[in-house]
Amino acid sequence: MPDPIISAHALTKHYGDYVAVDNIDFNISPGRCFGFLGPNGAGKTTTLQIILGLAQLSSGELKVFDLPIPEKAREIRARIGVVPQADNLDPDFTIAENLSIYASYFRLAQDQALTDRIDHLLEFASLSERRNAKTETLSGGMKRRLTIARALINDPELVILDEPTTGLDPQARHVIWGRLNELRDKGTTLLLTTHYMEEAERLCDELVIMDKGKILDQGSPTELIKRHVEPEVIELRGVDEATLNTIRARVCDCRIENLGNSVYCYTHDAAAQLNYFHNEHQLTFMHRPAGLEDVFLKLTGRELRD
Amino acid sequence: MNIWALPRIRSNAFAIWHRNVLVWRRLLGPAMVLNFGEPTLYLLGLGFGLGAFIGEMGDMPYMSFLASGIIASSAMTTASFEGMYSVFTRMVPQRTYEAIMATPTDIDDIMAGEMLWCATKSLISGVAILIVAAFLDVVQGWQVLWVIPTVFLIGLCFAGPAIVMSSFARNYDFFNYYFVLIITPMFIVSGVFYPVDTLPDTMQSLVQLLPLPHAVALTRPLVTGQELVQPLLHISVLSAYAIISYYIAVVLVRKKLLV
Repeated sequence: MPDPIISAHALTKHYGDYVAVDNIDFNISPGRCFGFLGPNGAGKTTTLQIILGLAQLSSGELKVFDLPIPEKAREIRARIGVVPQADNLDPDFTIAENLSIYASYFRLAQDQALTDRIDHLLEFASLSERRNAKTETLSGGMKRRLTIARALINDPELVILDEPTTGLDPQARHVIWGRLNELRDKGTTLLLTTHYMEEAERLCDELVIMDKGKILDQGSPTELIKRHVEPEVIELRGVDEATLNTIRARVCDCRIENLGNSVYCYTHDAAAQLNYFHNEHQLTFMHRPAGLEDVFLKLTGRELRD
Repeated sequence: MNIWALPRIRSNAFAIWHRNVLVWRRLLGPAMVLNFGEPTLYLLGLGFGLGAFIGEMGDMPYMSFLASGIIASSAMTTASFEGMYSVFTRMVPQRTYEAIMATPTDIDDIMAGEMLWCATKSLISGVAILIVAAFLDVVQGWQVLWVIPTVFLIGLCFAGPAIVMSSFARNYDFFNYYFVLIITPMFIVSGVFYPVDTLPDTMQSLVQLLPLPHAVALTRPLVTGQELVQPLLHISVLSAYAIISYYIAVVLVRKKLLV
């Protein structure tokens, strides 16, 4: 194992009596995509803010690039790219200017190398044609792509993305995923938060599931699925209480959970149950392999989060 | 980090200053209309209109008295406007600082850069009025060039308090309090329109605690060629306001933006 790019020990962050981050430990290896998966209010964004030196630690120890936070926060930020949750592009400038102005905050020389770099980043973000447009004319997906390009202006070793695809349509989301995979393949370490299971499953080599400030478990998506849920799921929709009771009585060898009027049967061998559902009633059902969402719901519970 | 820690300013502050210069350059036309048009109207209207009744004030034509006062007070209002409306816009609705704080440029640099920029705008406005005043035959002698660093210092002195206001404003309307309760009364009692020594004695000593009378006391002799009285005292008061308000602004903005 190479030395971790981030190592966090017993990180805790209080806001008064409220514990936003509760004694968490994690190590992030270079060249990987590491995810924080959790419902709203789990402490994901606060953890990112701590890593950037923008939130004060209540206790614990944190090293990024083997440098201590918050003492070396400025040096550390020089080597990180950040894609924040809400777009904060500079509306006073055009798309290309947004990149050159951002470079000036890193004190990068405004020379030919930077101009070339900006051309390259605009191409990466598929925004070359729009380079002289104002940011307010961009769609949500374009803004995100520009924000990602902006985060790469200092050629960072680590890119931190806070919910990179929240609010985007499926096409735009797939484009972003493609770009992020490209980055990781080139060796950039990615650290992202998300509450989209699909995003975590597609992008993350390793992830932690967070809830209420705590890390519930950590591992690769496949490891987590293997560890926490049975491999197969039969999902039934539109089930009333009477039917649910019948199913509970008749179907064995499987763990049954219900959420709203959907029922989930988790099992190691679905053949017998499938047979039963085929013959019984007019139930709509779906048979699928277990996924991260099943792990997530099992670990964080099924009640509504606001 | 400790939010009370003493700020450290690096060259990154110039990145903020430079950003604002680029935005300003794009709106040069309207900015120039404001910088030249407003003082011209003031000076022509009040200087000639009132001047005809008043004749001389403080051993000089009223036009000279007024023009030199307006240079100082306009440095004050320019920096105050920029430090409130523009800084608040970048800090809150535009989230510009949030984006910058993810880079090695931090709050200490941002605040320093903003203050430099506010002072630069004061300088631009001061020089514009000076040019108008020169055409009105107010300016006497080459010592007038010292007005340029003076209005820059006046700008720094008023930028800090304005940014402090921005750090606890919830919306733009809040700035009305600062203008109506602080800036406008100061504008009236600080010797811009009439000498401070015509005020009652107790009032005079209170007024000396404010920065604007010191700004006027420096600017007026430099413009009109009279002898400077206690320049070091005036410079010290303005510098003290600038330095202390910078520190307070940094602490308050850290409190607001660092979580």
